[in-house]
Amino acid sequence: MEKESFFKRYGLLIATGIVVGAAAVLLTAQGNPANMGFCIACFLRDIAGALNFQRAGFDAEVGTGIVQYLRPEIMGLVLGAALMAAVKKEFRPKGGSAPMARFLIAVFVMIGALVFLGCPLRMVIRIGGGDLNAVVGLVGFVIGILIGIAFLKRGFSLQRAYKQPLAEGLVFPGAMVALVILLAAAPAFIIFSKSGPGSQRAPWLLALVVALVVGALAQRSRLCMVGGIRDAVLFRDFRLVSAFIAIIVTVMVGNLLVGNGLTFSFTDQPVAHNEALWNLLGMVLVGWGSVLLGGCPLRQLILAGEGNTDSAITVTGFVVGAAVAHNFSLASSATGIGAGPVALAVACGFVVLAVISVMNLAKVEG
Amino acid sequence: MIDARGYSCPMPVVMVQKAVKGKDPDTLEVVVDNQCSVENVTRFAKNSGYQVTVSDFEGDFKLVLKK
Repeated sequence: MEKESFFKRYGLLIATGIVVGAAAVLLTAQGNPANMGFCIACFLRDIAGALNFQRAGFDAEVGTGIVQYLRPEIMGLVLGAALMAAVKKEFRPKGGSAPMARFLIAVFVMIGALVFLGCPLRMVIRIGGGDLNAVVGLVGFVIGILIGIAFLKRGFSLQRAYKQPLAEGLVFPGAMVALVILLAAAPAFIIFSKSGPGSQRAPWLLALVVALVVGALAQRSRLCMVGGIRDAVLFRDFRLVSAFIAIIVTVMVGNLLVGNGLTFSFTDQPVAHNEALWNLLGMVLVGWGSVLLGGCPLRQLILAGEGNTDSAITVTGFVVGAAVAHNFSLASSATGIGAGPVALAVACGFVVLAVISVMNLAKVEG
Repeated sequence: MIDARGYSCPMPVVMVQKAVKGKDPDTLEVVVDNQCSVENVTRFAKNSGYQVTVSDFEGDFKLVLKK
C-alpha cells in the first residue's frame, strides 16, 4: 500500500480550515455579527431579505427588517470557486439529478439551520467561540448524518446528472456577478438592514476578497462539513474532519488573540438560543438533508460555482427556505425559537426527508 | 466496469466500495466525470490496497484499479 505523507494528505485541508477560521475571526472583528464571520445559512437568509423575500423583525420607525443585506461572502465563495475551477479546467456544467427533490430538501435544510441558528460552518465557528449550544447542534448534526448514511448504504441515490451546455452552467455564477453589481450600486429597491444582525457587516470589498480566497481554497480542497463526518464513518477517511478541527482551533485562538475572550457556556452566546431540543432537531434536519444533497451548504455554493446546476437549484432552495422560515416565524432568535408552527415545520421536514430517502432507494449499479 | 459518470461524491466511492467489499477483485475499472471523484476513488482504492492509473475516457476519466 502506498503511503501518502501527512502533509500531502492533510496539508491543503488543514490550511483551508485555518484560512476559513481566520477569515471568520477577521470578518467579525471588521463588523460581521459575533460568531458569524462566515455562515452560509445566515448570509443566504440576509440575501433573501435584501431582495425583500422576507423582512423579519420589520421596524416601521427604522424602515427595515433586521436580517436584510446582500452578503458579499456568498458571491465571493461562488465566484472564487468558479475562477479556480476555470483555471484548473474543472468548470464542467452538469445537472439533472433530481432537481425538484434537491430543491425541497434544501428548503427544509434551511429551516432546520434557522431553527438552530446557523449552517454547519457557523456551528463549528460557534463551537470555536465557546457556544455550548452548538455542541448540542453537533450531536444532532451527527445523528442526522448517520441517518443519511443508513440510506446511502441501502442504495439511496438521487440518480445521475448529465452534461449541460456552458450557458446553463454560467447562469448561477452570472447571477452572483449581478448581486455584486447590485451591492456596489446599492439601489433603493435593494434593502439593507439599519438595525440587527443585517446591519452588522464588514466592509463589502474586504468581505468579497476574503470570500474569493476561501472559495478558491474550498474548491481545491473539497472542504465540506457534512463530508467530514460522513467519510469518517463510511470510509474511515478523516481528511475532511481535519479541516473541521482546524477551523475550531483557529477560531478559538483567533478569538483569544483579538481579545474577544472565550467563555464556554449555554447562555448569553451571540445570536444563539439555548433550547436544546430544537438546537438538536434543527441540526438533525441539516445533517440528514445535507447527506442526501451530497454536501453541506458551503459545498453546494462551491459546486454551483463549478457549474453544477443541481447545486445552484439547491442554493435557490436555501433562499426560499430562509424566506419561508422568516415569513412563518419558524426561525429562532437569541430569545428562543420562533413564534410560528416550528414543531409542525420540523416534523414536515422529517416526513419529507424520509419520503425522499425511501423513494430513492434504487439499487446502486455495479 | 463501474460507470459512475453523473454521480457526485460520495456515490462513486460507495459504488467502488460495494464492488470491492467481500469480492476483492484483482482489477476494477471505474469511469467518473469529475476530478473530485478521481481523487476520492483513488484515495479509497489505495487505502484498500490497489494501485490506480487514470486515463482519458471519452473526455471523462477512467480509473484502472489493480492489486
